[in-house]
Amino acid sequence: MYMFKYICKRIGLMIMTFVIIFVTCFVLVKLLPIDTSVGFGEDTSKIIAQFEARGYFDPIPEQLVRYVKRIVLEGDFGIGFRMPSYRGRAVWDVFIEKLPPTILINIYSSLLAVPIGIALGIFAALKKNKWQDHLISTTVMVFISVPSFVYASLLLFTICFKLQLLPLSFASFADIIRAYPEKNLVYTPGTFNWSLYFNKEMFLSMLPAVFAMSFGSIAGYARFTRAELTEVLTSEFMLLARTKGLTKAQATVHHALRNSMVPIFPSIVGEFISVLSGSLVIEKIFQIPGVGGLYLNAINSQDYDFFMMLSGFYLLVGLAAGLVIDLSYGVIDPRIRMGAK
Amino acid sequence: MRAEEYKISSEKFVFRSTSGDLHDNKLETKPVTYFRDALHRFAKNKASIVASVIIAFLVLFAIIGPFLTPYTVAYEDASYAYVLPKNKLFREMGIHFWDGGQNKEVNKATYEQFRAIQQETGREVIMTEPVVTETVYMGKTSELYSFRLDTYNAVGVKYVLLTTAEYQALQAYQDEKQVQVILPITDPDLRPQAKQDVNNANIWYKTKLGNGMKTTTVYDADGNFIPIYQANDGKDLYTSTMYWEGDEKLYNYAEPMAGDIWNIRVDYREYYVYQHYLADDGIKEPIFIFGTNNAGKDVFTGLASGARFSFILAIIVSVVNLFVGAIYGSIEGYYGGKIDIMMERFVELLSSIPFMIVITLLKYHFDASHVLILFISFFLTGWTGMAGRTRMQFYRFKNQEYVLVARTLGAKDSRIMFKHIFPNAIGTLITGSVLVIPGVIFSETSLSYLGIINLNTGNLTSVGTLLATGQTYLFTYPHMILFPSIFISLLMLCFNLFGNGLRDAFNPSLRGTED
Repeated sequence: MYMFKYICKRIGLMIMTFVIIFVTCFVLVKLLPIDTSVGFGEDTSKIIAQFEARGYFDPIPEQLVRYVKRIVLEGDFGIGFRMPSYRGRAVWDVFIEKLPPTILINIYSSLLAVPIGIALGIFAALKKNKWQDHLISTTVMVFISVPSFVYASLLLFTICFKLQLLPLSFASFADIIRAYPEKNLVYTPGTFNWSLYFNKEMFLSMLPAVFAMSFGSIAGYARFTRAELTEVLTSEFMLLARTKGLTKAQATVHHALRNSMVPIFPSIVGEFISVLSGSLVIEKIFQIPGVGGLYLNAINSQDYDFFMMLSGFYLLVGLAAGLVIDLSYGVIDPRIRMGAK
Repeated sequence: MRAEEYKISSEKFVFRSTSGDLHDNKLETKPVTYFRDALHRFAKNKASIVASVIIAFLVLFAIIGPFLTPYTVAYEDASYAYVLPKNKLFREMGIHFWDGGQNKEVNKATYEQFRAIQQETGREVIMTEPVVTETVYMGKTSELYSFRLDTYNAVGVKYVLLTTAEYQALQAYQDEKQVQVILPITDPDLRPQAKQDVNNANIWYKTKLGNGMKTTTVYDADGNFIPIYQANDGKDLYTSTMYWEGDEKLYNYAEPMAGDIWNIRVDYREYYVYQHYLADDGIKEPIFIFGTNNAGKDVFTGLASGARFSFILAIIVSVVNLFVGAIYGSIEGYYGGKIDIMMERFVELLSSIPFMIVITLLKYHFDASHVLILFISFFLTGWTGMAGRTRMQFYRFKNQEYVLVARTLGAKDSRIMFKHIFPNAIGTLITGSVLVIPGVIFSETSLSYLGIINLNTGNLTSVGTLLATGQTYLFTYPHMILFPSIFISLLMLCFNLFGNGLRDAFNPSLRGTED
């Protein structure tokens, strides 16, 4: 019961934070002048009429109420105006279309990073101050420090360009359809076809981005695990475990590892929440048609409806990840009573 | 035990000294202060020492780098765009590394063009003997020439349009320096007919229109190029004593255009030297140690200036954050209670706003320079971390006895806060604010890399912009991204090592654990 109350309180606080930031953001965006300039050969009056029909010239509080109403009742987040390829399309539809590549790449990289990172960390902790530990720690330090755009470029240049082991660019739907003529794949915009994403061609073209993304996470997990495990390994209950006759392996797996997982597990949970958001840099380098690229595009071309929706999305993902990380401490280790005095 | 045994007669007590006050002996050893101890322990960490030396080197590069080259960030010369990094020493020693050379694999026509440039300008364009391989593609045999190309000398000859006064000044310069800048003009009637090559000044030999509207070279019986220089008609106002191939005035050296303009073929390297001789900007010859980018900007200058900008911005941000955060955190931590709760909510709210939203909204709203926007957004989101650290330290120390003593003695709140408690927080604050620097540099680089912030104006550039430009030419000209990448990686790595050492050194609980 205590936990339930606490969770409710935290969720309430999170929603409050979200609303304050989102409304501030909305008001600040609406205070901006509306740009009605159009591309060559298009009619300005049409755009103005569209804006008027959506009520973009009304007082801001009225617009806010209408905006929230539309989101809640119709799932309508507005339509794109500034980006030529999404002009006149519903923001939500475009967003849904962009989500699968982002999520898939994130999930693949998490699935790769979590086990490898933790395994490396455990290995380094067990071999503390031997050459294996020094090797792993140094590599980890390098991958934590070097920015992702550097090793992503390096990966692209060596693996994909010089050695040609992996495809250079992200496979488009046209490529996939061409690669599997026997499957009779069809792409219709606005729908989601699983078989377009789950095939060898698509998987291979995602791999460079997956690798580039996972390097940093692997290094992070390895460092975290090593630090936690070395601390636990020197604690007194480990000595007790050995004294009562457990082998080193038994003691490590049953006692040390379980205890060292307490701070590591929440960050894994957090990682799986943040698979939604992805990385702007990686998506730019590997030209992935994902949410990050869309956000960048929206920011640079000042498409406010897209900007509002995606900002809200990123904000929500960030807040939710933080909350889940906090709460999972209490779940994994009942001794920890979150928020207790 | 009997009590008498412990009885000591009063005569046995003597005064130690009958005059003067008694003092403790002064300590012989020097006191180890907090900072001395931290420094001592920092010096033991070898990785941190190496890292700080490298950081010092990078900072030095940022400070004196822009003064080492004659180029400025605004400098650009499209003719020398895409040239590779060149080190004069390596070039002269004939080492095929960092010599401005590029390994090329081209078809015969392109190879012949390079050979023609080499023959006309007399400078080495083809640095190695070409290896010819024959490939058959769709039934046609074509030859591929692999060789090392001098990207500087491959620029060759260019057409320039000069007024009569400029033309005569150039002739005077020729006579003064005894160099041939102006080359004979080619006969307009014999110039290549193919549209793409009409303005290519490097074609000084006879060509014809080949298959697919391509310019094809015409050779004489011995397989040599046939010059198409225009014969002298005495109308070109050429009075210089420098003659092509030592001949008397055999050819025309300029072609009159409409108005007071002359079309002239110049040996571009010499013309470049001449231009910078006129401008007197210290540029003696085209040589770029890190190469140039697509616009012909010097990468070295850009990198050094970008680094300098990054360091300055990061240091200012970290100092301002330290000040504001320390004051805010002190008030929070010292007064506690309701004040703390309210101020802490505000901090929480502020720190949960994604950085991207802050910077985008600032960018939309203020038409200010992006440098200012960058600074404001770093400040808005950054100081909360410092405030949190200070607050923690205040909570730790504010209930200690010496604070109570100070208060009992009548010290004011501000005195207790900044004279008594705050010095305890200095260690963590210094570590924290040093570690802010790489974070700011990294964010700034990422933002300009993503194109959200544009710092590439006038005499300003950033490492991120260089990286973004290099990314576009990753496969063709990897040198553009190589040097900025090395810089940023080295900086981040060293700052992390340095920061780790600093954190351990300033952590009193680790004192004595290493020995």
